[in-house]
Amino acid sequence: MTAPERAKVGDPIIVFDKVNKWYGNDFHVLRDIDLSVGRGERIVICGPSGSGKSTLIRCINRLEEYQEGRITVDGIELTDDVKAIENIRKEVGMVFQQFNLFPHLTVLQNLTLAPMWVAKMPKAEAEERAMTQLQRVRIAEQAEKFPLQLSGGQQQRVAIARALCLTPKVMMFDEPTSALDPEMIKEVLDVMIELAGQGMTMLCVTHEMGFAKAVADRVIFMDQGQIVEQNTPKEFFDNPKSERTKDFLSKILGH
Amino acid sequence: MSSVADRQIPARAPPTRQSGLALWIRTNLFADWKSGLATLTAVALAVLYLPAAVDWMIVNAVTQPDAGACQAARGSGACWGVVVEKYRLIIFGRYPYEDQWRPLVATLLLVGLLVVSCIRAFWRPWLAVLWVAVLAAFFGLMYGGIFGLEVVTTDRWGGLPLTIMLSSLSIVLAFPLAVLVALGRRSNLPAIRTVCIIYIELIRGVPLISVLFMASFMFPLFMPVGLTVDVLIRVLVGITLFAAAYLAEIVRGGLQAIPKGQIEAADSLGLSYWQTQRKIVLPQALAMVVPGIMNNFISIFKDTSLVAIVSLYELTGSLGLALNSDADWRPFKIEGYLFITVIYFIFCFAMSRYSLWVEGQLNRSKTR
Repeated sequence: MTAPERAKVGDPIIVFDKVNKWYGNDFHVLRDIDLSVGRGERIVICGPSGSGKSTLIRCINRLEEYQEGRITVDGIELTDDVKAIENIRKEVGMVFQQFNLFPHLTVLQNLTLAPMWVAKMPKAEAEERAMTQLQRVRIAEQAEKFPLQLSGGQQQRVAIARALCLTPKVMMFDEPTSALDPEMIKEVLDVMIELAGQGMTMLCVTHEMGFAKAVADRVIFMDQGQIVEQNTPKEFFDNPKSERTKDFLSKILGH
Repeated sequence: MSSVADRQIPARAPPTRQSGLALWIRTNLFADWKSGLATLTAVALAVLYLPAAVDWMIVNAVTQPDAGACQAARGSGACWGVVVEKYRLIIFGRYPYEDQWRPLVATLLLVGLLVVSCIRAFWRPWLAVLWVAVLAAFFGLMYGGIFGLEVVTTDRWGGLPLTIMLSSLSIVLAFPLAVLVALGRRSNLPAIRTVCIIYIELIRGVPLISVLFMASFMFPLFMPVGLTVDVLIRVLVGITLFAAAYLAEIVRGGLQAIPKGQIEAADSLGLSYWQTQRKIVLPQALAMVVPGIMNNFISIFKDTSLVAIVSLYELTGSLGLALNSDADWRPFKIEGYLFITVIYFIFCFAMSRYSLWVEGQLNRSKTR
């Protein structure tokens, strides 16, 4: 593994130590993953479909279990202990490809749910915080609408605001723009770029290479469950080392 | 070949909507030859049979409680006199005649409580207190023994009060049990899952009649000597367990329709299992299966008529009780059945309209 060449912005906040995961008996989906994410670092993970990139980030907040190795998040080791998992989930916000907003709740209720029930915050305070986050993603005027009344781009911005409401230390994005119509991708990326500018630690699984070039400190390329190559965006795109990376880049940048 | 539109097509008003009786008749009754044929057939059948039905039900009907006149009109006119003569026996069963104001007040209280409970604005903590108070009043009035009321043992309870009490209590008790069983059947813990599956499959494997039979006759055999549980309670437990098994499967259908992403989103926000179920999964799952749930409620309401098999005379049972023992009125059972049919229909139709209203309320979040 090549060591991250750019200096870490801070101490490691997420550490993978020889993590291995299998689906069933024969599909080795994560192979000896070693990864250290620094505080404030912005990482873009790319790779072909089925390479394990989504699985990798989903292991961090225990949406997926792994069989071997260790993951530590902000000093908390991820175990089967429910309390540890809940603590990690409070520190790690997640944004999904399909938004996964709660359709039976209004936008505001989507945002206040976790502050009120997980952080046990009074309703008024939770709503105040929710409105702040909605303003941050420039959608405050839609607070009383239901998610399905919004466009895809608006829904994804609400999802980002929802994840931010617990003031997480890390934000993870799992292909946040893949389900969007092309003209809505930009409004979501703009919000993400702004977030990056404010020093948020970010892990993004995405094929938006423009975004990677603009904000990433490090680009990680995965293939067949393995971290094949990681580098600064400039080096990664201009001077890829492995054949598999070159092949992948030629496919997604070739047109 | 390429082209460019050099001017914008101006907006036009939409086609005017026609209305009026003639249009309604044309679109609804005579849209094409098949629909026209169906309309004509229906009209022909009505012309053929409706006059005879009206004759029997209204024109030639006897409304006086006069057995002789009814006998004379037999075959040509209905004898509503039987209802006039026997309605208190049909509605209140064997409850002591002079004390029948007690079940009347008790039932009105219970129905009032049910109506209030159906309205969402009243879903507040005080509603639980109201339930306790009304149920206490119901059983206090029915059983007596307090405030100088004479004791009326449960074997004399009957008719509509019994129907409403059995069905509403078994619905109210079965519903939360069903939700727990449905969640249990999808649990990750094998022991809980197995217990829930066995319960559902066992109950679904037997008819309600045999559950009632077991509750009424077999259960006491296994009880220690001297310890008895009132037959009414045993039957109530029987119906509740039976209804809950069916409801649980309906609820499970709703649970399975919830996309995995909803649970992942709740997990990623740090919500606990029970918070996720209560706030995210159940509101959506139950909303999806409202028609099925209400279907089941209606069926429970009518299934209570089976308790006659264990000598509890609810509405249907008390009709038999009222007429079988009286040779003068026994021939007019059809009229009696029509009478309780109307009562059943009123309650079932109300439930079905309520279900539609609930669906409308729940669909607000899905409409743009």
